[in-house]
Amino acid sequence: MVTKSAVKDHELVPEHVLLSVEEGVAVLKTYGIEAPQLPKIHVSDPVAKEIGAKVGDIIKVVRRSPTAKQSIFYRLVID
Amino acid sequence: MTVPKRIGKIRFGLISPQEFRKMSVVKIITADTYDDDGFPIEMGLMDPRLGVIDPGLRCRSCGGRPGECPGHFGHIDLIASVIHVGFAKLIRKLLRAVCRDCSRLMLLDKEKQMYLEQIKTLDKLGQPTDDVVNKVFAEARKHKNCPYCGAPQMEIKFERPLSYVEEGHKLTPSDIRDRFEKVPNDDIQIMGMNPDTARPEWMILTVLPVPPVTMRPSITLESGQRSEDDLTHKLVDIIRINQRFQENREAGAPQLIIEDLWELLQYHVTTFLDNTVSGVPPARHRSGRPLKTLSQRLKGKEGRFRGSLSGKRVNFSARTVISPDPNLSINEVGVPMDIAMELSVPIIVNARNKEMVKTFVKRGPDRHPGVNYITRPDQRRVKVTDKNCEEVAEQIDTGWKVDRQLTDGDIVLFNRQPSLHRMSIMSHRVKVMPYKTFRLNPSVCPPYNADFDGDEMNLHVPQTEEARAEAEILMRVQENILSPRFGGPIIGGIHDYVTGSFLLTHGYKPIDRRGAMELLKKFDIAGLPQPAGVKDGQPYWTGKQIFSAVLPKGLNLNFKADFCYNCDVCKGEDCENDAYVVIEDGQLLKGTIDAEAIGAFKGKITDRVIKEYSPTVASSFLDKMTLLALRGIMYAGFSFGIDDEDIPKAAAEQIDEVTRTARENVQKLIEAYNAGELEPLPGRTLDETLEMRIMQTLGKARDGAGSIAGRYLGLDNSGVVMAVSGARGSMLNLTQMAACVGQQSVRGERIRRGYEGRTLPHFKTGDLGAEAHGFVESSYKDGLTPTEFFFHSIGGREGLVDTAIRTSQSGYLQRRLVNALQDLEVKYDGTVQETRGMIVQFKYGEDGVDVSRRDYASPDNVKRLIKKILEKESA
Repeated sequence: MVTKSAVKDHELVPEHVLLSVEEGVAVLKTYGIEAPQLPKIHVSDPVAKEIGAKVGDIIKVVRRSPTAKQSIFYRLVID
Repeated sequence: MTVPKRIGKIRFGLISPQEFRKMSVVKIITADTYDDDGFPIEMGLMDPRLGVIDPGLRCRSCGGRPGECPGHFGHIDLIASVIHVGFAKLIRKLLRAVCRDCSRLMLLDKEKQMYLEQIKTLDKLGQPTDDVVNKVFAEARKHKNCPYCGAPQMEIKFERPLSYVEEGHKLTPSDIRDRFEKVPNDDIQIMGMNPDTARPEWMILTVLPVPPVTMRPSITLESGQRSEDDLTHKLVDIIRINQRFQENREAGAPQLIIEDLWELLQYHVTTFLDNTVSGVPPARHRSGRPLKTLSQRLKGKEGRFRGSLSGKRVNFSARTVISPDPNLSINEVGVPMDIAMELSVPIIVNARNKEMVKTFVKRGPDRHPGVNYITRPDQRRVKVTDKNCEEVAEQIDTGWKVDRQLTDGDIVLFNRQPSLHRMSIMSHRVKVMPYKTFRLNPSVCPPYNADFDGDEMNLHVPQTEEARAEAEILMRVQENILSPRFGGPIIGGIHDYVTGSFLLTHGYKPIDRRGAMELLKKFDIAGLPQPAGVKDGQPYWTGKQIFSAVLPKGLNLNFKADFCYNCDVCKGEDCENDAYVVIEDGQLLKGTIDAEAIGAFKGKITDRVIKEYSPTVASSFLDKMTLLALRGIMYAGFSFGIDDEDIPKAAAEQIDEVTRTARENVQKLIEAYNAGELEPLPGRTLDETLEMRIMQTLGKARDGAGSIAGRYLGLDNSGVVMAVSGARGSMLNLTQMAACVGQQSVRGERIRRGYEGRTLPHFKTGDLGAEAHGFVESSYKDGLTPTEFFFHSIGGREGLVDTAIRTSQSGYLQRRLVNALQDLEVKYDGTVQETRGMIVQFKYGEDGVDVSRRDYASPDNVKRLIKKILEKESA
């Protein structure tokens, strides 16, 4: 039997959250930037596919950090 | 204002003869430069149309004055074509790939189509096409006959440096050019070239561009004689040969002479382009110096790219040898008078400073601090001399700029290469001094990684108010005491400072009034503290009390000293070894001040002072501490000599015993191995096991010998004082000197290389014993036996090679890292962005912490905070 496991369930993969359009705009506003200035992630990225991200979406990545407990990154989904 | 231009793209290619002619302003036919009256000869190498270098003249091509006119190219028509050395290898590849008859690339149409497509896709992706192109050449060479005309391909031998031999017959450049001219455009593309910008026949020169005079200026010597640039000399040679060639050819000279001349022309053109081609003797000047031709101008460290474009030289800077001066503050630098009188700081004259500036100007340039130059409001610069200084001083008015010589208190940047971290450039205050070296406080050696074995350092004088402000706020030594690398102090006591404070503060030795005064005489202190006690009717003080004089008031601190023995149960304040430091309200109550307290890279006290008070307080603490430590070491007296490595006879016998048993144990191991009784360790072969066991035994022997020696060497030994206080050296170094050097190793193994089965002819083949594989039983003091000495040299050489390789490798790694990261910037909102505004990190380092501004997260801090607040409440 082949069990297909989700990439995002792996302990080394940080938590990815798909932001709504409003949330995305809020993020851009807090940093005073345009969407292309964000770090990028491909739509074809396994995690991006799993959470159903589309090009132009913003994904919030919550990483664990040894010094800051958690560190939040935002990524723009690109083709 | 000029509109900034943006470079869209850069395309490299070959220049065609047509293009050479098009950009040429004059055809050069005579090798002469100037006529008898000193005027440039027309159509000569210095033709006025090539540009101007003589002041006062105008360019005949563009009308520009020297400096405005960039210069213009001319050309020489070569009588016979010659090969461009830079393309010699490529020409060889091409010759082998194209048919000798029909000049088509010797691949089948199908193959051509395939390769062309591959190249096109790679180009679209912006990836290098080298691999495919090399494949094309390799495949084309395999064909014995041309697939198109059927002509048999012959083997082409390339003879260094520049001749191509086809079946014993030498190909002339013209032959090659003829072949290349016929290569169809489509085939050129398959060979990775663009036929519009790089036709293969353009690699054979028929026209030689003559560089403008602006890039080969002639210099007039004092004697009035003109001295030409190396390039001009080379061009003269080329034209002469070219002329002779033409004359001979027209006169119908024999083939042999023509060939010789052709060869000569090829030689001159080759050396004009590159004078370091292997196989070609370099063209030399009359004096025997090799000429510096085109390629030499660009290549290497002093070439145009690395020397002139990436690296530049600056004004208002100085460089000289450094030497120590413990009497200087850590943020001062001693500048030699000669340098101070040359460097200057600009002062703009205004109503308030006018009179003061006048006094400077009146001193002239020879009486420090004087003035070297003055700039009037109309930007005219006037050199101040001894003669005109009085006169100039009277003229001075608001708005004039005066270049005042460097004086005490000016802020300057001080730097030592390699500038690996930001503490490699710090700002110091000038202290003008006699003699010819820069002087600095030895405490600032660690950040610069400087020593005084001949190191040189650079000094730069900021010329604007903004630069001075930046230097003062960001770059002062005291602002850089805490390293951003690990958040601790990088500046602190080294060597004698550590030894001195150790000797002063260890134990409770009584110091009489005279001694106390002696120790404190350099300080601005009103009186001595309460004596610690009375002995023989005389009051006495302790070193701890004396040291407390330099500690800031209100400092509270507890920590383990560097020489703490790491007992199983720490007794804390009751430490018997005086290794637990207790400072209360700026009084050193217990413990010894050593490297852990004030040393560079450790410095608990420095660290606390900087965080609790300010960098300025810390800097003055360091100043005072260094002075006191030196007084301390002088008061105690300190020396280290060969007899400090002496150990008692009893100890020597014990050490002999230890090494003897070790040797016997090794022998036993070997016997067990030979008898097949040795049990292999898990995961190891029998041989590996034996090696490991032997290494273990011998390692133990060295440690045993060391601990015996250590038992006999106490704190009355100056070597031990240095090792224990963290000033210099370690106990290992001492035991190597006094007891036993130990096993020498190469790549972590015993030494095995040498002859077959043995390391040296002094041993039996297959000897696995200790001394046959580099165990040095002697101490450095006793001296090594010849075989030991040899093994020691092997081990020592490995160390040297490792350091040499490590520095070059880590240097390159650092360079790549810095180049990649240099434009990143932490913005005011804490994000890290690069120049386009792309976000790299949303919070600097994930946590937004500046390492040098944080305090170590320890419960100690909570206690201290509570104590502080409670104190405030009760007050």
